[in-house]
Amino acid sequence: MAEIFEMGIADIRSGVASGDFTAKEVAETFIARVSAAKSLNAVLVETPDHALAAAEATDKAKAAGETLGKMAGVPIGMKDLFCTEGVATTAGSLILEGFTPQYESTVSSNLFKAGAGMLGKLNMDQFAMGSSNETSAFGNVISPWRRNDGGNTDLAPGGSSGGSAAVVSGRICPAATGTDTGGSIRQPAAFVGITGFKPTYGRCSRWGTIAFASSLDQAGPMAHDVRDCAIMLEAMAGFDPKDSTSLELPVPEWEAGLKSDLAGKRIGIPKEYRVDNMPSEIDALWQQGIEWLKDAGAKIVDVSLPHTKYALPAYYIIAPAEASSNLARYDGVRYGMRDLPDGAGLQDMYAATREAGFGPEVKRRIMIGTYVLSAGYYDAYYTQAQKVRTLISQNFDKTWESCDLLLTPTAPSAAFGLGEKSDDPLAMYLNDVFTVPSSLAGLPAISVPAGLDGQGLPLGLQIIGKALDEQSVFNAGLALEERAGFVAKPEQWW
Amino acid sequence: MSMTESTYRIQGGTGEWEVVIGLEVHAQITTNAKLFSGASTEFGAEPNTQVSLVDAAMPGMLPVLNKECVRQAVRTGLAIDAQINKYSRFDRKNYFYADLPQGYQISQLYHPIVGEGKIEISLDEKDPDAHGKTIGVERIHIEQDAGKLMHDQHPTMSYVDLNRCGVALMEIVSMPDMASPKEAAAYVRKLRSILRYVGSCDGNMEQGSMRADVNVSVRKPGDELGTRTETKNVNSLRYIQQVIEYEAQRQVDVIESGDEIVQETRLFDPDKNETRSMRSKEDAHDYRYFPDPDLLPLELEDDFIFDCKASLPELPDEKRARYKNVLGLSAYNAAVLTAEHETAIWFEELLETTDEPEKIASSAANWLTSELFGALNKMGLSIEKSPVSPQQAAELLGLIADGTISGKIAKQVFEIMLETGDGAAKIVEEKGLKQESDTGAIEKVIADVMAANKDKVAQYRGGKDKLFGFFVGQTMKAMQGKANPQVVNELLKKTLGPAG
Repeated sequence: MAEIFEMGIADIRSGVASGDFTAKEVAETFIARVSAAKSLNAVLVETPDHALAAAEATDKAKAAGETLGKMAGVPIGMKDLFCTEGVATTAGSLILEGFTPQYESTVSSNLFKAGAGMLGKLNMDQFAMGSSNETSAFGNVISPWRRNDGGNTDLAPGGSSGGSAAVVSGRICPAATGTDTGGSIRQPAAFVGITGFKPTYGRCSRWGTIAFASSLDQAGPMAHDVRDCAIMLEAMAGFDPKDSTSLELPVPEWEAGLKSDLAGKRIGIPKEYRVDNMPSEIDALWQQGIEWLKDAGAKIVDVSLPHTKYALPAYYIIAPAEASSNLARYDGVRYGMRDLPDGAGLQDMYAATREAGFGPEVKRRIMIGTYVLSAGYYDAYYTQAQKVRTLISQNFDKTWESCDLLLTPTAPSAAFGLGEKSDDPLAMYLNDVFTVPSSLAGLPAISVPAGLDGQGLPLGLQIIGKALDEQSVFNAGLALEERAGFVAKPEQWW
Repeated sequence: MSMTESTYRIQGGTGEWEVVIGLEVHAQITTNAKLFSGASTEFGAEPNTQVSLVDAAMPGMLPVLNKECVRQAVRTGLAIDAQINKYSRFDRKNYFYADLPQGYQISQLYHPIVGEGKIEISLDEKDPDAHGKTIGVERIHIEQDAGKLMHDQHPTMSYVDLNRCGVALMEIVSMPDMASPKEAAAYVRKLRSILRYVGSCDGNMEQGSMRADVNVSVRKPGDELGTRTETKNVNSLRYIQQVIEYEAQRQVDVIESGDEIVQETRLFDPDKNETRSMRSKEDAHDYRYFPDPDLLPLELEDDFIFDCKASLPELPDEKRARYKNVLGLSAYNAAVLTAEHETAIWFEELLETTDEPEKIASSAANWLTSELFGALNKMGLSIEKSPVSPQQAAELLGLIADGTISGKIAKQVFEIMLETGDGAAKIVEEKGLKQESDTGAIEKVIADVMAANKDKVAQYRGGKDKLFGFFVGQTMKAMQGKANPQVVNELLKKTLGPAG
């Protein structure tokens, strides 16, 4: 038997269910892993008591012969964007320092009801705005991965779910929650060689998840493999009357439906995803992915999504516009930081609090968003961006006439060194070029680790599916996973 | 319909000016819960006790639309004959203020739920049809109210009460169709009446459930519209009229002194009876309206609109016409009895006690508008709180109609009813107030009166016919007012014979 800490959700669950080990042993194992991984700066708040209490409940339920939940005995890491009752929640920002919610987000609550425990709150780009975890107010997460050049350059774990990516790839937590607005699950999953899944917009409730861009934000699982993601998403998803954009649909049994035989499936290869300056290794991996899917029985078709090149600019109008409004509530009045200079009035307090509380990237996006919504600019920016968004959705709809799924790389590069791009926001934004279009269209997508580049760093392939067709996305992901045989793990140096 | 007699003009140094008025009325929708949160909307609760996590804009909280508010807005739209927009949408109006925890108000700028409609107003209660005017309504949209700031609780700090934050409002925007303070007041009165009939707003201006932003401009008769000012949050009919009077005069003075009217937002100071500039268009907020991504567009089904329509009561204009044309009431009574829904309900409950309401409607209406209104007025009670029920009133009116008591005795009985709550028949019986119509008994009293006043009988017969009243009085007095006055008259005429 493998060591417990190397196990994912499915193995832990079956080990607990069959009595190979107790949930408590599992919790203790990972609590120790968390506590020993402080140098990665991936965990903002450790919550061993929560993990232990959930484990004890599982052990008790098992002893009583009760049916165990989907996540029974599995302790997970929780991205700090999810409000957790009684546990400090900051979204990686100083402006929420000291805020402890009196309520539990629907997603975390669903996971706990399914038997999961929580090991800790995970570091992230501030308000989920970033692709490297460098915008966190509490210091960047360091990726467990190192280049194979013998040097020890600290690498970015990707973002914004960088803490989640780091703890899962470092086997510090067996799985973690992520959120994806423009690629924040898939890009970090690709950077650290794990599997990350963004469901159809509306599958997971946004209630209790701190909002970045409401029309795009979607929670999803980050885990070792496709099966673990399917199990965890089943536990996270579901209709929530408290979220008006939540889908009123039953949650399919994705795990039970997993099947890597793709006979009859048509996989589209969108030509617009061949971008300039993409490393040849990524292009080669994409070609390899095509062969793997053919081998799984799928038919490959060339397709075109002509408006793809406008997706990134449209995203960087819509997301900041929504964020500029969503973040207005952080005003120093009711929770979190308050900066009240001597003699300050209300407006001075707002300004001082927001000046001190928000990091530079958050301020940049609030300013972009405020600008594009301003009188005289609204039509030129926001209205146009919404039109582009509609066109991008229509591109996908049109594509589904000739194929069932799309195969693309997840990100245009492997993980980069911390600090290498942090001075150039535009270069950083380009990380999302392959993930943003499906976010704008609200489509389900997965990133599966598929190989290593010349520096020994993981690369991911992305499968994008039709709205609500998570099952086909999981299945194609499974077909890639089986053929890629990706077993590389970071060596423990921390 | 015309209203030439009420034409309102400001007399300036350069001639006459006319006033153009538009009103934006904010009406709190009558529901138990707020527009996007489950928190209670009860008035007068301790500060900050009716605040949900959503109202306080805690991180990660999301709005969920209260369907009852939608229903009430649609019913209101139907009641003013307005277009119902099957597709509407919520937008965020962004600004920072202490009474607005989210940093934005959820409203409907681009796609309101209700489009154009109209309201008939009357400028003369006594004859509403001859002095009516149609005021256009541009739109009704749904939005959240803000919290309340209290500046008088602490020497250096302001307090905020979020109880009202998130409460559902309808903003009812009129066309600039009103031309005098009186018309504006008639419009608000009529709108309030309709809202109360529909049950979508209690119309309580003192508690802030209804308040108006008053748009005023002036122009020389026949000219293009002038630049307008908007005076915010005016919360009584009297203040609305004062604002218009003050603003119109001020604007005329400004223009005639060679200056220009600045488009701006103003505040009314009731203590000084003046409006003051709050902010000009140049420092107006840029509200950065955009569709609220937390809420889906609102799409209404035909069935839903049909059900809203079916649920509407008979509205004041229809009711007034029916009272006049079917029940045969005077125009005045019809108008007075239909102005408040509660009055009409009370009146109709009274009519329900008979199978032939048109027979008693007029006398009942007269009694209501004089006796009942007079009594309630004295006691400071609204009609719902009337100590006498419609059924009791019907009993009293029945006793008058069948001659059991006279109108005069009825007043006495009614007073006892108000005091004791007893029924009219019981009071008449116990107090022996039954009217005497028995000719024998009356003849006997008349004979006694004549015997005791032989000189006056002689004078009467000698031609002093004014003495007839004296004999009526003496007879009634002797019978403690209980004699049927008609019978007394007839018998006296017969017994006394012709005067002169």
